[in-house]
Amino acid sequence: MKISSVKIISLLFFVLSAFYLYTANQIQVFAFDVNSPFNAKTFPIYLGYAGMFFAGLQILLPEKSVEKVNHNVLDYKKVIYLVIIMIFYGLTILKVGFFLSTSIFLLLSYYFLGERRWKLMLIFSFPFVAVFMFLLHGALNIYLRDPLLKYLGIIG
Amino acid sequence: MIEGILIGLNTALSLKNILMVVMGCFFGTIIGMLPGLGPMTAIALMIPITYGFDPATGLILMAGVYYGAVFGGSTSSILINAPGIPGTVATSFDGYPMAQQGKAGKALAIAAYSSFAGGTIAAIFLLFAAPSLSKISLSFRSPDYFALMILGLTAVAAFSSKGQFLKAMMMAVLGLMLACVGQDTLSDIPRFTFNNMNLSDGISFVLVVMATFAMSEALTIILRGTDPSSAAKAISLKELGSIKLDKDETKKTLKTIPRSSVIGFIVGVLPGAGSTIASFLAYGMERNFVNKEEKEKFGKGSVHGLAAPETANNAACSGSFVPLLTLGIPGSGTTAVMLGALLGFGIQPGPRLYMTNPEIFWSVIMSMYIGMVILLILNLPLIPYIARILAVPRTFLIPMILFFSVTGIYLMSFNTFDIFLMIGIAVVATGLRLYKFPMPPLILAFVLGGLMEENLRRSLLISDGSFNFLWDRPLTAIILAFTILIFSWQSYISLKSK
Repeated sequence: MKISSVKIISLLFFVLSAFYLYTANQIQVFAFDVNSPFNAKTFPIYLGYAGMFFAGLQILLPEKSVEKVNHNVLDYKKVIYLVIIMIFYGLTILKVGFFLSTSIFLLLSYYFLGERRWKLMLIFSFPFVAVFMFLLHGALNIYLRDPLLKYLGIIG
Repeated sequence: MIEGILIGLNTALSLKNILMVVMGCFFGTIIGMLPGLGPMTAIALMIPITYGFDPATGLILMAGVYYGAVFGGSTSSILINAPGIPGTVATSFDGYPMAQQGKAGKALAIAAYSSFAGGTIAAIFLLFAAPSLSKISLSFRSPDYFALMILGLTAVAAFSSKGQFLKAMMMAVLGLMLACVGQDTLSDIPRFTFNNMNLSDGISFVLVVMATFAMSEALTIILRGTDPSSAAKAISLKELGSIKLDKDETKKTLKTIPRSSVIGFIVGVLPGAGSTIASFLAYGMERNFVNKEEKEKFGKGSVHGLAAPETANNAACSGSFVPLLTLGIPGSGTTAVMLGALLGFGIQPGPRLYMTNPEIFWSVIMSMYIGMVILLILNLPLIPYIARILAVPRTFLIPMILFFSVTGIYLMSFNTFDIFLMIGIAVVATGLRLYKFPMPPLILAFVLGGLMEENLRRSLLISDGSFNFLWDRPLTAIILAFTILIFSWQSYISLKSK
């Protein structure tokens, strides 16, 4: 018997709801609040039950039509690349600074999505981010931490 | 009311706010034209920008984006049979055949006039309906609000799920679960933070919206290998033909507009229904209104068939502001995003909004008229030019969406944890989208989560822990009866088809 992906997702949601319910029961409420009709864990407990109820129904009831996704035509490689670039961006934004990390993020994203017009890629990375930073700093007065530009004396 | 209208006009007609309407309509039109990117993505990308403005300006900008996206969605529907948003699917039934007959310009003109008229008429309805409903809703108590939120969630789950009611309900529960992360509002007890300080303030609403819409839609486009800008390329190359309507076409359009406006507005007010249902309903109703000869033309380029859904979807947009502005409860995913943004400003929409913040209440209504005029100007002569701007390759478009999403959330908290959390939620949301798990119920539930818990808390404390509050007041009982009706109907449909 083959179990459909939707049922597997529902099963995962059922487990998540059960864990949520368990965690909700572990919430430490104040001693005077324990027997109160409503305390910090009441609503989450209801949600845990509700999640298990709906996920349980989805698992138990027969499916109208099995949701078929053709994984062969999906471009997982590019999505994984983009996710890695975004994580890399998140890791470097504070240490390297907004300007360099954002420009490299954009440049790498264009490249991995198949763009090879280097002139355009460069225009829409470094100068684009510079203009964006100028607008944030100059127009909206939003401070952006950038150790590199600070070291170079471009921003204060 | 006159005083309110004047306050609204004064705020809406300021140079800054007019500029916001123009910007919102322009940006919304562009996003609306791109298949796969809907008004929620457009509004989500706007939220970090709006935090630099006052609440009225922010809401005016978001409202402009909303009806701009609905307006823009019709263009790709008509010209290349690829609806930009679900609300314009019905537009393609007769709009595309008209374009194929060499009447693309006329079809666009009919769509523009109908949208303009539908939006304007509905804004007039809103002008009268909103204050009256606000007065009525002042009598609402916590149990009524709690019941109303349950109704809103059930309705959105029912209507947005396209037959996948259980999946939608699971998403609604997930949204509520996410909303519970962080300190309890009353006791400050941490919940589901797992000793992580970054979670003690809860998960940011903007983060969830950006992750589940902007970012996950961008990742889905890459995953499926679709090119949203292909629509724009086709538009810019197309011969549009004349945009002038003859006497007969004008007469037919004028006949359709009033009835479709009423249908659109009423459907828009209902929680969960929105512009998609409004446009299909108006299309179906219009088919019944016309004579046999006209009925035959439906699906083959009928003027009635084009004008009806276009009028209704714009009227529904204005209608959806009624529950948001009067009850503080959004009726759709898009208005839920707006509610979240308003809460971010420290504004609680609801029956007292037009007393405490009349400038917000009235200026949004007034800006709708201005927006409709701007959209008419944008849509008629400028469409081929907008389309050219749109022909941005996806190799540039997707990184830009990701950039604005990540930067938007980073600028709000300057915390890299939020970036990683957003990426995680976006990846999960992309996977769920593949298996048709709808996202609007999740957003609505996330926004309503805090309010729902607060109203349940008050109701249970007043009734000393008894659930009698659910049927003690007739209003609560009636609202819950509607909820049970929708729930039973959806369960019946699901079981019947199984």
